[in-house]
Amino acid sequence: MTTWHIILIASAATLALKLAGHLVPAGFLERERPARIADLLTVALLAALIAVQTLGAGQDIVIDARVPAVIVAAALYALRVPFVVVVIVAAAVAAGIRAFT
Amino acid sequence: MAERPDELLPVGGADGAELTSATDVATARRAARRDGFAVGLATAVYGISFGALAVASGLDVWQTCFLSLVMFTGGSQFALVGVLASGGVAAGGSAIATAAMLGIRNVIYGMRMKPLVTPPDADGRPASVWRRVAAAWITIDESTAVALAQSDDRAARTGFWVTGIVIFVGWNLTTLAGALIGDAIGDTRAWGLDAAAAAAFLGLLWPRLKKFQAGAVAVGAAVVATITMPVLMPGLPVLVAAVVAVVVGWFDLFSRRRTE
Repeated sequence: MTTWHIILIASAATLALKLAGHLVPAGFLERERPARIADLLTVALLAALIAVQTLGAGQDIVIDARVPAVIVAAALYALRVPFVVVVIVAAAVAAGIRAFT
Repeated sequence: MAERPDELLPVGGADGAELTSATDVATARRAARRDGFAVGLATAVYGISFGALAVASGLDVWQTCFLSLVMFTGGSQFALVGVLASGGVAAGGSAIATAAMLGIRNVIYGMRMKPLVTPPDADGRPASVWRRVAAAWITIDESTAVALAQSDDRAARTGFWVTGIVIFVGWNLTTLAGALIGDAIGDTRAWGLDAAAAAAFLGLLWPRLKKFQAGAVAVGAAVVATITMPVLMPGLPVLVAAVVAVVVGWFDLFSRRRTE
């Protein structure tokens, strides 16, 4: 599998899901339990991605400049600072720590 | 993503609501257009971070732009490049699965949006296929949220289309800009782009944590992903963590609302 294959398959899958919502009669996913699971799925995947992106280095767990950067990001989101600003500050915190250590 | 449409779903303010006077409708539609532009422009800006991160994870500029044009759903796009960054092409299966699972919520948005945004025309003929495909293409968190926040059906329709189109155009332009910046940067770790990716995921997650149940799932999933990281191939820990959502969602565990 090449990068292009991955991109094409994933794009086809997400686009198909969007089309399904508009073209297939409403039903299954509007029931309470599937809707709740779909909602929580988004939360679980994003939280897992944060953990991997913050602590992972291949298969190792590494505590480095990313950890303080993410803590700063969380504090800024709590203060309702806009997304783009937070992302830039997080990058700057990690870059700063790496430059001075 | 400051807007969180699924929380608005049970309320469904836009359903069946019809303002009677023409002036009221015009005012409501103007307000919806304004909402759409505000949310749309704010969202489009962070296409820059997507573009830069995608290139940093090994995609070229074309591949990055293709994702914003065709996939066009931020969470899945960030997830795909995040998993590829950690596991490379070998983690392709996990990357596809993660992106697809994050896209499932768009099915529900689509079901909610269909009657609002592509109603039959005055003669009762169904909306054209192209119009429906276009509506599906721009069905994302923000367009759905703006539509559901309106109190009139026609204003909801205006809000949906304006938000979706503004984001589509803006997101693709900023993605290209970000990709070119990322391409020029070179050593992405020195610039802290790996931390920026984590902060981006946190930004997508943050508005979804209002309920206690969601917070519990987030913590559980993060713990599962972390402890399985050393033993599983890159990419798989994220998929295993998704099981937390299925278990908690199925049995409706931790469902008390957090007091605020």
